[in-house]
Order: sequence, then C-alpha cells, then structure tokens
Amino acid sequence: MFYIYCPYCGEHREEEEFHPKGQAHIERPKEPEACSDEEWGNYLFFRDNPRGVHHEMWVHAVGCRKFFNVTRHTVSYEILETYKMGEQPSITADSQSQAREGAAVSQQEGVRA
Amino acid sequence: MSQSKQQVFRLNTGGRIDRSRTLSFTFNGQRYQGHPGDTLASALLANGVDIVNRSFKYSRPRGIVAAGAEEPNAIVQLGSSEAAQVPNVRATQQALYEGLAASSTNGWPNVQRDLMGLFGKLGGQFMPPGFYYKTFMAPASMWLTYEKYIRKAAGLGRSPMEADPDNYNHFNQHCDVLVVGAGAAGLAAALAAARSGARVMVADEQEEMGGSLLASRETLEDKLADQWVARVLDELAGCENVTLLPRTTANGYHDHNFVTLHERRTEHLSDTAPVENGHRQVRARLHRVRAGQVILSTGAHERPLVYAGNDVPGNMLAGAVSTYIRRYGVAPGRKLVLSTSNDYGYRAALDWKEAGCEVVAIVDAREAPASDWVDAARAQGIKIITGSAVIEAKGSNRVTAARVAKIDIVAFKVSGPVQELACDTIASSGGYSPVIHLASHTGARPTWRDDIIGFVPGLVKGVQACGGVNGTYALGDVLAEGVEAGIKAAAAMGHAVQTVTLPSAERLQQGPAVALFQVPHEKPTLRGPKQFVDLQNDVTAAGIELATREGFESIEHIKRYTAMGFGTDQGKLGNINGMAIAARCLKRSIPEVGTTVFRPNYTPVTFGAIVGRHCRDLFDPERYTALHQWHVERGAEFEDVGQWKRPWYYPQKRAGAVNGERESMAEAVARECLAVREKVGILDASTLGKIDIQGPDAREFLARIYTNKWEKLAVGKCRYGLMCKDDGMVTDDGVTSCLADNHFLMTTTTGGAAAILEWLELWHQTEWPELDVYFSSVTDHWATMTITGPEARKLLAEISDIDLDRDSFKFMDWRSGKVAGVPARVFRISFTGELTFEINVQANYAMHVWQTLFKHGEKYGLTPYGTETMHVLRAEKGFIIVGQETDGSVTPEDLGMQWCVGYDKPYSWIGKRALTRSDTKRENRKQLVGLRPKDPKVVLEEGAQIVLDPKHAIPMPMVGHVTSSYYSPILDSGFALAVVKGGHQKLGDTVYLPMADGQTHEAEIVSTIFYDPKGERQHV
Repeated sequence: MFYIYCPYCGEHREEEEFHPKGQAHIERPKEPEACSDEEWGNYLFFRDNPRGVHHEMWVHAVGCRKFFNVTRHTVSYEILETYKMGEQPSITADSQSQAREGAAVSQQEGVRA
Repeated sequence: MSQSKQQVFRLNTGGRIDRSRTLSFTFNGQRYQGHPGDTLASALLANGVDIVNRSFKYSRPRGIVAAGAEEPNAIVQLGSSEAAQVPNVRATQQALYEGLAASSTNGWPNVQRDLMGLFGKLGGQFMPPGFYYKTFMAPASMWLTYEKYIRKAAGLGRSPMEADPDNYNHFNQHCDVLVVGAGAAGLAAALAAARSGARVMVADEQEEMGGSLLASRETLEDKLADQWVARVLDELAGCENVTLLPRTTANGYHDHNFVTLHERRTEHLSDTAPVENGHRQVRARLHRVRAGQVILSTGAHERPLVYAGNDVPGNMLAGAVSTYIRRYGVAPGRKLVLSTSNDYGYRAALDWKEAGCEVVAIVDAREAPASDWVDAARAQGIKIITGSAVIEAKGSNRVTAARVAKIDIVAFKVSGPVQELACDTIASSGGYSPVIHLASHTGARPTWRDDIIGFVPGLVKGVQACGGVNGTYALGDVLAEGVEAGIKAAAAMGHAVQTVTLPSAERLQQGPAVALFQVPHEKPTLRGPKQFVDLQNDVTAAGIELATREGFESIEHIKRYTAMGFGTDQGKLGNINGMAIAARCLKRSIPEVGTTVFRPNYTPVTFGAIVGRHCRDLFDPERYTALHQWHVERGAEFEDVGQWKRPWYYPQKRAGAVNGERESMAEAVARECLAVREKVGILDASTLGKIDIQGPDAREFLARIYTNKWEKLAVGKCRYGLMCKDDGMVTDDGVTSCLADNHFLMTTTTGGAAAILEWLELWHQTEWPELDVYFSSVTDHWATMTITGPEARKLLAEISDIDLDRDSFKFMDWRSGKVAGVPARVFRISFTGELTFEINVQANYAMHVWQTLFKHGEKYGLTPYGTETMHVLRAEKGFIIVGQETDGSVTPEDLGMQWCVGYDKPYSWIGKRALTRSDTKRENRKQLVGLRPKDPKVVLEEGAQIVLDPKHAIPMPMVGHVTSSYYSPILDSGFALAVVKGGHQKLGDTVYLPMADGQTHEAEIVSTIFYDPKGERQHV
C-alpha cells in the first residue's frame, strides 16, 4: 500500500484515501473537431506503459478532493515526487537516466510468483 | 499414570518448560500430557508420536521435521468445538494449553491405517509431476467429481461450519524502526535503536523472544546466551518508546514500508478467546504498520539434505533436534545418525550426547573437516565418518537404519561401499537458507552468495537486513551487525545513537561447508527410491528431474508443474534444494536457474484476523434515508442500491387472508402501479445524487459537461440532461434545475452520485480551472418525496402555499414555498409519465412532511411504492436507466435521444467529437427499441439474447439483448426494452429469443414508449 504525499494537504496519507486516475499530462485537444479520427483515438485510448519513471494523476478522493500528479517508478513503486495540477515534474525518465549514468541500479525487478 | 511413563522421550532436566505443571491434550482422539512451555510438536515428540500426518499425494506417513515456521508435515486441524475449528496450524508454532484438541489434516480414514497409503505406494511410480493435470483432464465435465475425491484424499483442512465467537482488531501503527525477528540480531538492533529514543516496534513470531539463543550452546559474557536475552528484553520492556510484540508474525511486506503483523493474543491459552469479567478477550490483532525504517532480522532456516527415504518419520533437521532437546527438554529418539555438510550440524550431535542418548555416527560430506566443532565431537568420542553421507533412510513408520556411503559430489555418484547403521533418528543439515521471504514481498530480487551457499535478500529503500537473513551466522558478527543496523535505522529517522557495548561472544573456529543438496544414490534419481524435496507437496528430486527432461527450464514453470513451494509451506525447506536439483539437471548454476519470489503471507493468517471488525453489521456500511424507519414499519422489502437500502415494494396483507399472508411481489407491484396511474403514489427518492453547483461559470460548465443546451434555462426551470464520457458513451443522466442565475442543482443516478461529483471535479481542476464554479454534494441534506398520479395536485394543494395552477407552475418548472409548514423546493418533473411533484425538504423535516402527506392522502388513495414499481412505470414510458439500458458502449444516438444533443453548441462538449468517429457513425449499432412479446403473458428475461432466425444452426448470430423487462398492469401485458442491431430501422419486425429451456419467444420491435405516447398525462 502506497504512502502518498498530497501536495495540497501537505501530508503523507495512506493509499486508501486516494484513487489513481491514469496517466498524467494528457491534455484534451483544444479543437476536437480539427482532430482526425486517429488523433482523437490516440487522445482517448492510448496510454504509455513505461518501465521506470511514470507520471500519473491521482485524486485525494476522501481527503481534499484535489487532483494532483505523482511521479512513480513502475518497477520499484517508489514515489519520486508529487506535484500540483498545472505544474511540471522535476524528475523525468530523462533526468533519471542521466543521474544514474555510471551508478549501479539499486532497484531491482521482481517476478511475482 | 506417572509422567515418565507417559512422556517417554521427555528428558529429566533442561528446557524452558515448567515440569511442575502438567497439561493434558488430545491428538487424533488420543489423550496425552505435556507441560507449559511446550509446543504441540514438542509434546507429541515427548510422547513418542511418530506419525503426525499423511502426505499430500502419495499418502506416506510423515513425522515432525522442524521446530518452527518451516515445518512442512505437522499441519493440524485445531479446535475442541465446531465453532473453534482452525485448519492448517503448524504444531511447531502452537503453544500447548490445557484441553488442546488437534487432529491430522491428512489421512483418510486415519493416519495410522490409511487407505490412500496403499494406493499411494502402489501408484507411486504412476503419479509423476503433472499427474492430476494429465490424468483428470478429460472429460472436463468430470473434474468436479474427481476434485471432490482428490480433496478428500489429500485433506486440506476444513473451515468451521459455525460462526466464530471471537473478536479480532485492526491497529494502524506508525513507528520509526520496525524490527522483524527478535533473535540475536534483532534484539541487538532493537536495543541500539531504542537507546536512541526512536519509536521502535519489535515483532517476533515465537512464544518467547530470543530466537536461536533460547536453545543455544553458545555463551555471551561467559553465561549461556539466554541470560543475555532476558536482560535485553528487560531493558526494552522498560522503554516507553518500545513496543514488544511476541507471538506476532510479520506476514506481508508491502509498498513503502507497510508491514502487516499478525499478533496472536490468546491462541496460546485456549482455542477460543477466554472471557474475563464478562468480556471476551480479543483473539488476534492485525497491526498495519507504516514504518520509517524496517530491520529484517528474520534469521535462517536450516536446509535438509535430500536423500532416499528422507520423509520417513525420524528424519529431522539437525537444528530442530537441538531445539527440542535444549528448549523443550525432549530427545526425539534414542539413537542418532547425523548427516551434515557443515559445522553447524555438529551441535545436534553434541546436544544429543549430552542428553544421554547414543550418537551412532556423524556422517560428514567433507573429506577432511577440521574446526572447533569437529574437535569437540571427537573429544566426546563420537565417531565421524568423512567424505560420506546418509544416502538412504530405512524404515516405514519410523527410521530403523541409515545407509551410509562415500559420495563423490562433483560426479554426483556413490563412490564407496554402503554400510547400514541401526538408528531411530537421522538428523541432517545442508547449511542455512536465509529467510528472505519478507524482503522478496517487496519485489526486490535476492542475490546468490557462493560463500554462504544461499540467497541473501535484495533490499528496497528504508530496509536493512542483519544476522542470519544476511548470511551472517557467527554469533559475535550477528550481534555487531544488529547493532549497526539499529544505529543506521535510528539515524535515518533523525535519532542520534549512543554507543552500544556488545557482549563478548565465544569465537569458535569454523571450517568451510561443502555445497551439498541432493545426495547421490546407487541408483539413478529417476529409478531409485524417492528423495523428497518438498515434503508438504510431495515433490521429489525425480519429479524435478523429469520436469527438466520434459522441457521445463524456468524455475517458475518447474514450480507450477511439480507444485514445489505451493501451499501453506511456500517453499521454506524445499525451494533451494529444488533449484539446486534443477540446476544440476540443466547444467547451470543456481542463480542462473533463478529463484522463485515468495509471496505474502509468510505463514497462514486466519480470516478472522484479516477481517477484523469488518464483519457482520460492519461488513459494509448501510445508508438509510430519513424515512427509513417508516418503510420498515410499513413492512417494505428493501433493495440494495450501492450502499443505500431502498424500499423495493410494500407487500400488504392479502385481502381476506386468514393467516396474515402477504402479497407476492408481483401482486404488490401491480397494485402500486395502478395506484399511480389511477390515483396517486409516493416514492422516497432521497437517494438520488444531488450536487449543488454555484459560480458565475456554472452555466458554461453545464454546457460543456452535458450533451444538451443550458444557456437559456431560466431561473425556476428544470431540464433533463445526458452526460457522456469523451468517448461519446452515455455515463449518467438526471434533471438539473436553475435555482438562481449562478446556482444550479444537479441530480444524478443513485449509484453514480460520488463518481459524477469526482467527474465534475476532474474536468474543472484539470482542463477548465479558469471556470469559476464550485461543487458540493447535498445528497444527504435534502430528502426527496415524489408524489405522482392524477390526484397529486389536489393532495399537494391541501398542504402547500405554492400556486400549483397548471399554467403558472408548468411541467419542468420548480417552485419554492412551504409544504406541511416547512420550507421546500417542489419540482414538477416526472419519471412515471404522470402528473408529478418532487418535494425536496431538509432531511430532518422529511418524516414530518411524509406523515402529513399520508394524513391528507388517504382520501386520494395515496399509495407508497418502491423501486420495482418505479422501474415498471418508467419503462412503460421508455425512460432509460443508465447502467441498465446502457453499459458504457451506448451513445445518445443509440438511445434515440438526439433531441437531447446540442450538436451546434459553441463549445465542443464532452463526448461530441466521438459521435462522429467511424465506429459511432456505423450503421447496425445496437439501438434501443421496445419489444412486445407476441404472447402477452410472456415476460421476457432481462439479458436474453435476440436472434433474427431461430432456425439458424447454433451458434446463432445474436443481434442484441433485452435490457429491461416487466409485466405492465395497465397494459396487462409483458413488455421490454432492448438493444438491437440497427433496431431503429426495424420497427414492426419480428425477432426471436431462444431460451435455455428450449423455448423460443417471439416478439415485435415497437416504439420504446408503451403508454401515453403523446405524453399528455404529465402535462395535466
């Protein structure tokens, strides 16, 4: 069970208070009618499934009811940061891979038996 | 009967048991005696009970092997009464108490004389891995029959058939440092962390804390190690910042240092919790711990050697032999042969000898072992046979001899003559396997270390391992590692640590161990006698070899094919040996073969502890409307809608019934329907979701979120709205009313209320934060009473000051005023097609208003109706219910509700773009239609599939299904709503509904509006 820092409440709270809402930073096209079917389909249905750093939207459903973003490592499940809606992440897959160059990978994968 | 006669294997001195008190217990109906401090296992051994179970697959007799959580055989059913039954208890972990009643989980009809044993022995060679998959595959329909007998023969324990009388609690805990395992490493770590002032929790699964130190020959500060344990526990118990949890197993290690601890508070006292001062004690607690730092000091399990006949009772782990002698004062036999690959095993022989029993020989796989331990054994005059191993245990119900021979480990063969040593006990040690289970719950991969011949845990952030789990076994090193872990953990949480002085430990010179897992036999593995790897699941070395020959190379596949590491055992004893055997067969190294990752829970947890207080009335919260008590008194039957309890229908006493017989549901619903159509009915609609929307941009927001138009909705007006997701599929509907220019009241479906509020917030917070609008749930604040039917106006006029004239208070208007003397909002909207007023009052006034309505309503025939009647009435009018007519794949156009779509609204509202996608524009989509059965007596089944040609060969092409279907009292006919491919073009066509019983119903596609097609009745 995750331990999540709500950037609006300013506190760590148990995962039970939150709902995950999928990939973060999916912006609705400003002019939907100008989108091709394929573009609209991509907006509606296609999501990243990265191995590593992932930006997700969560909502503090039984807390302040605010939506916010979480940068989470999909292998270690470590939450690297949380930030408010409209803000940009300070940790990304790129910044992580640069930081890690030359250093051993401390988080190892596990196979769920 | 004297004690000595009863407990023939009990030693006269030694152990941590209280010989001054005797406890009696039963096992498989036999009466035995033991002492406080015993486990069920130690008491059984003291009484010379060799066979405790029958094995899972071959039904071989099995005895006690281990002394702790790793015990694979002594799995018992506990409980002296039906309600107290607990399956799958390890006898090695169950403290003895007066009156304990246990029985074997396996063995039919009993463990001593077992019918399956015969089949198992005869059929043994015919039951290779995958036997069940291969044998009982066909015909599939017979599986249920097979399974019943397989389960009975296998015996997997059983759950109680009566309610559990006990209580269980959940605790949410926070601490700086959680120490798991209170052996030498854990206690040292806890001491260091505690002295820093950090909040420390210490969980240990055993009856007493201290781990291996409780049964150790080793000394600390020249005293036996258990005295140091007592001193440390004393200090920790006196610290306010320390919580000691004995009898508490850390069963699961979840994300972000969340660890679940299962604390058994009364299971050492009796099989149901004792009652004190009239209160039943809490039997178990589940601590949900969020720890800043976790210290894993879970120790190591000794690994048995794999040799032929190693499952015959009398084969034990060397360390377990020591534990039974030193901790429980039980020598589990008379004549011991020890087979070992390392120095640690020697302790069993020394303890055995000291207990006054005969050590026939130590058989050491090493060519020239040399260490303090070897010297100590030689000094005791114990015979040591080197370069050799026990290759086979003889005996059926108990070991009678060990066959010993020189072995060549590299060539994997017996390299010398075999001698047979008479004995009743064979202890074996293949070294230690660190208990990495918890660490692997986190997903971190363990690492193989050649120097310790074992896996050590991979570690995620915020966790440290120390002592045996880290592959560190020398006592002095273990303590030093513990202290270091404690200091580091406390420091990570911002607590400075004072120095901790370590007790001086003996430094014994150790010799290197040899890597021995499976012992070679004279015959090849596949043809020789069985060598067991996983005793609980009856997996043999031959089974694993066969699996590799059949092409299984991944250890995960071998595991599933052979069942190694399954069950309550989870591979505690067998997994490393199994991997080593697979590695040998595949000519790879153990780390190349991999490791299976252990899953929660480490040992079984009772459902009681998992459930805690979330059972019975507290299993799921129930929501009641303000009028609930009235419905109960009126004898309503209730329907669950989400968590709400809604009146379903109100059965009355049948007219003329002598014995108070009540109406059937059909009778009640028919009466309620006709009352609404002909007089007036009343519905408690309070559960409808209500969202108060305010702000200058509220109107703009509604226009974006709903499919239809809102810019011209005047104050005092209501409008039905349809909501889609951006994929164009209908997700909710309801009426929204304009209370003031910047103020709206949205209603949602009962089940959708919370989700729709979140949906509105999602769009506002993420896409349109510039809109100045606010949302509040007011579902519980307002009670809603719907009066509907031709007499509704007359009734309301009697108790309201609102002008109800049909021309001033029109259909789809709302007015505020007083009803029954209290402030109310009255909405003239209709879900029945009749003249309707929905009266909203503050919830705490609801009962007064409801009762006033009934006081005045009797003369009009006011009839309460429930959700079933509501459904019939709305369906007669073709009104949809989201989630019934829709399933997330239905657009407004599929519903024929284009009238509710604002195609030319300026903003591209949610769902609009998707309505012009190729798939949503496709002809032949499933579209909502009405169905009228050709036989009016037929009420079609909801969910029934629709076909166009009933003579078509099976499988018939299915063109749709029934979404709603009822009997209509006003039409005196069955009728239905359905979705049918291209249905809007098929009005008048005949379709067919083949049923499971072979009948085929015929129905005509008609309009969805069955009653009052022009909608005149609601406008009167």
